[in-house]
Amino acid sequence: MAVVVGPGTVERVSGRRGAGDDDPGDEVFVDDEGGPWERRLHIVTGKGGTGKTTVAGALAVALATGGRRVLLTEVEGRQQIAQLFDTPPLPYKERKVASAPGGGEVFALAIDADEALLEYLEMFYNLRSAGRVLGRLGAVDFATTVAPGVRDVLLTGKVKEAVNRPDGTRPGGLAYDAVVLDAPPTGRIARFLGVTAEVAGLAKVGPIRAQADSVMAVLRPDRAAVHLVTLLEEMPVQETVDGVTELTAAGLPIGGIIINMARSPLLKARESRQARRGELDREEIVAAVKEAGLEPTRELVESLVWETTQHADRVALEAAQRAEILALGRPVYEMPLEADGVDLGTVYRFAELLRAQQMVG
Amino acid sequence: MTDNAGSSAAEQPQPRRPSRPRTAKPGPATAKPGPAAKPSAAKPSAAKPSAAKPTAAKPTAAKPTAARTATEATETEPALTERARRIRPQPVGVPLFEVDEMLDTERIVVCCGSGGVGKTTTAAALALRAAERGRSVVVLTIDPARRLAQSLGLTTLDNTPREVAGIDESAGGRLDAMMLDMKRTFDEIVLAHSSPERAQALLDNPFYQTLSSSFAGTQEYMAMEKLGQLDASDEWDLIVVDTPPTRSALDFLDAPTRLGTFLDGRLLRVLLAPAKAGGRAYAKVLGAGIGMFTRVLTKVLGAQLLTDLSVFVTALETMFGGFRARADQTYRLLGEQGTSFVVVAAPEAAALREASYFVDRLDADGMPLAGLVVNRTHHSDAGTLTAERSLAAAENLDEHGEHPLAAAVLRIHAERARLADREARLRERFTSAHPDTPLVEVEALAEDVHDLDGLREIGCALARVE
Repeated sequence: MAVVVGPGTVERVSGRRGAGDDDPGDEVFVDDEGGPWERRLHIVTGKGGTGKTTVAGALAVALATGGRRVLLTEVEGRQQIAQLFDTPPLPYKERKVASAPGGGEVFALAIDADEALLEYLEMFYNLRSAGRVLGRLGAVDFATTVAPGVRDVLLTGKVKEAVNRPDGTRPGGLAYDAVVLDAPPTGRIARFLGVTAEVAGLAKVGPIRAQADSVMAVLRPDRAAVHLVTLLEEMPVQETVDGVTELTAAGLPIGGIIINMARSPLLKARESRQARRGELDREEIVAAVKEAGLEPTRELVESLVWETTQHADRVALEAAQRAEILALGRPVYEMPLEADGVDLGTVYRFAELLRAQQMVG
Repeated sequence: MTDNAGSSAAEQPQPRRPSRPRTAKPGPATAKPGPAAKPSAAKPSAAKPSAAKPTAAKPTAAKPTAARTATEATETEPALTERARRIRPQPVGVPLFEVDEMLDTERIVVCCGSGGVGKTTTAAALALRAAERGRSVVVLTIDPARRLAQSLGLTTLDNTPREVAGIDESAGGRLDAMMLDMKRTFDEIVLAHSSPERAQALLDNPFYQTLSSSFAGTQEYMAMEKLGQLDASDEWDLIVVDTPPTRSALDFLDAPTRLGTFLDGRLLRVLLAPAKAGGRAYAKVLGAGIGMFTRVLTKVLGAQLLTDLSVFVTALETMFGGFRARADQTYRLLGEQGTSFVVVAAPEAAALREASYFVDRLDADGMPLAGLVVNRTHHSDAGTLTAERSLAAAENLDEHGEHPLAAAVLRIHAERARLADREARLRERFTSAHPDTPLVEVEALAEDVHDLDGLREIGCALARVE
C-alpha cells in the first residue's frame, strides 16, 4: 500500500486544486456555462453503482417542482425507474409516477428498442404489419444487434421525439417542460450519444442517417446537458474524468458533476490526523462509552478507535478524490450517503438538495 | 516464457480440446505442499503488532492497537489485528464459501456480478492468492482500474499474458495477468482463419469495425474466446476470468450464444442469399412475404447499408464454418467439472438482486456456482453499543459542551452501526431466498486497492485467515 493517501498527499492534492483555480487555461471544455441548468434535455450518466437512477429521479422531481411537467426516461430495459418510484414495471407508454411540490408532475417511460423500431416504422412508413414480419424473422434483433448504432439511434430518437413533442394546450406549446434521460453508464455514454459518427460509417444516406442527424440537433449546448454522477472513489472518479474527456472530444455538452454518497466528515482536521496516526486520545473514547452508559472494556474502546480510524481514512480518501473532481472545473453538486439505503424519500430529499445547491433554478 | 505463451496462443486461437482428461484435476493436489503452505506474505506481526510500527504512510497496515492500552481496559487479551477485524462472524445457518478449497482444486474460476461491485479486484485477489499457494495462474481482466492494472504490470493492452512481478513464489506458483483487447482478439480470429487479402477486406468493412468494437455482446464473446484459448494452451493450473461490466450480469451468459446465433442465424442466411444465388434463394428460405421484407429493410436501412452488410456476411461466413459451434464449445467449457463461478455483489439492494438472478440463472443452466462474495461490507465489533444509544449519548455530550471528540466518535459509530444493520438485513434477504449458496463477506477497506499488498489483504479476507 505504498500509494496510501497520507496527510501529506492530501495537502498536495488540495494544493493542486488551488492551482487549477488559478489557472483556467485548461481549455478542454466546450460548454462553459454553469448551473442552474435551464435545458430541455438532461442526460444523467455515471458508473454502475453510483446511483445515477436515483439522481436522475431526483433531478426530474426538482425540475418539475413549481408546476412543471417532466418526463423521466430509461433505455436499458432494467425497470430501474419503476423500482425507484415503487410502481409496477413501466410499459412502453408514458405514465405519471410522481408529483412534485407546487403541482409538478413526473411522467416516466422505459424506452424499448424493439418497440421504438415498430413505432418508427409505423410513423414514417405506415408499416406496422411489415414490422411484425421483421420481428418474426428476428430482424429487429438483427438491426439492434449488428449495428449497435442503429439501436442507439432508435433509443435517442425516441427521447428526441419526447423533447420536441408539441402540445398546443400547454404553456410553451410543448408536451414536456423538460426530459431527463437515465442514460447508459459513463464508459459508454459518448458512444451512445455520439451516434452520428458511428452511424455515418454504416448509413451514409437514408432514414436512419436522417434520424441520427436530428438527434444531434437536440444535443446542442443550449438545449441539452450531460450530467455525470460519481462516488468519491478511485474507479468512478477515474471514469468521470475519462468521461468528461470523451464527451468533450465528441463535442457533447457537459453539465454538472454530482457527487453521490459523500460522507460528512465528523472529525476535526486535527482529530482526523490523530486518528490516522493511531494517536487518538483513549480517555475521550472511554468518556464516550461511559456517557452511553456502558462499561469501557478494552474490546469496546479499541473497536471504537478502529471505527474512528476507518472513518478518518475514508474521509481523507474522499477529500483527495473530491480534489480530482473539482480540478475538472465543472459545477459540482453533492449528495450525502443515505445510511438506511435509498427509497422514495431519498428522491425527494435529493431533489431539495439539487434545488438548494442551484443545480436547478 | 510468458511471451512464448502469448504468441503461441495468438497463432492458434482456435480452442482445440486436447485429450487431457478434464476429470483428473491436474497439478495442485501434488504441487501444493498442503495446508501449511499459507501465503508466506502474511505479515509476521499477526499476534502482537508492536507500538513502534505505525507510520503515516500505512495507517491501516499496522495499527498500534495492542500496545496502546485503553486506559481502563484489562491487558489480558490483545486487541484484534487489522486482518482479524476484517473477518466477520459467519451468519448462522449460512454455508461458508471455502475460497481456498476452490483455489486449490479448480481449473477455471469465473467472477461475475453487476458493475461497480469490485469484481475485477476480487478476480485479481483470488488469482494472486492461488498463485501464492503454489499454483500456476493466469488472470484475464477486462477493464481494471488504472492503478490496479499497473500493480499487475498491465501497462499495455496487448492481449498477451505477462508474468506479474513481486509475488511470493516460495510455494512454487506463478501469476500471469492479461487485459482483454476485444477488437484485437476478434482481429486475431479473422487473421488466423483466412488469406491475408480476405482478412483485410473484412477488417476494413464498416460492419466488421462496428461489430468488433461495439457490439453489445462482443466483449463477452471475446472474453469467452480468450478463455477458450488460454484453456487450450494448457499452460496454467488455474485460469481466473473477470467478466465484462455489462449492464446486467445475465448478459454474460447469453452473449456467446447470442453472437453465435446471430452470425449463424436465419436472417443472415437470407441476407447472404442474394450474394450467393442472385436473389433466388430468398424465396426458398422464406416463401411468401419476402418482397415486402426486402422493401422494408431497404427503406429502413438504406440500399448501401444492405450491400455493405451482404459483403460483410459473405466474408464472415466463408471464414467461419462454425462460429456457433465455437460459442457452444466455450459455453460447454463453463459447465464442465473444474469450472467454478463466483458471484460478487456489494451489500446493496440492486447488486444483491442481480446476484440473486444470477445464482438462479447459473442453477437453471447447470453452471457450477462456488459461492457468493458480499464485497465491501461494514461491520461493527462494538455491537453492544446500538446506534440509537450512541447518538443519544453524543447529543448529551453536545448539550453539556463536553468531550467533543467523544461525541464525534459516538456519531461515527452510530453511522457505521446503522450501515451494518442495513447490510445485514439485505444479506438475510438473499440468504433466506438462497439458503444453500455458500457465502463469504469481505469487509470494506478504507482505501482503494491498487497494489499487491492490498490484493493480499483482500485474499486473506476472502479466505478468512489472519
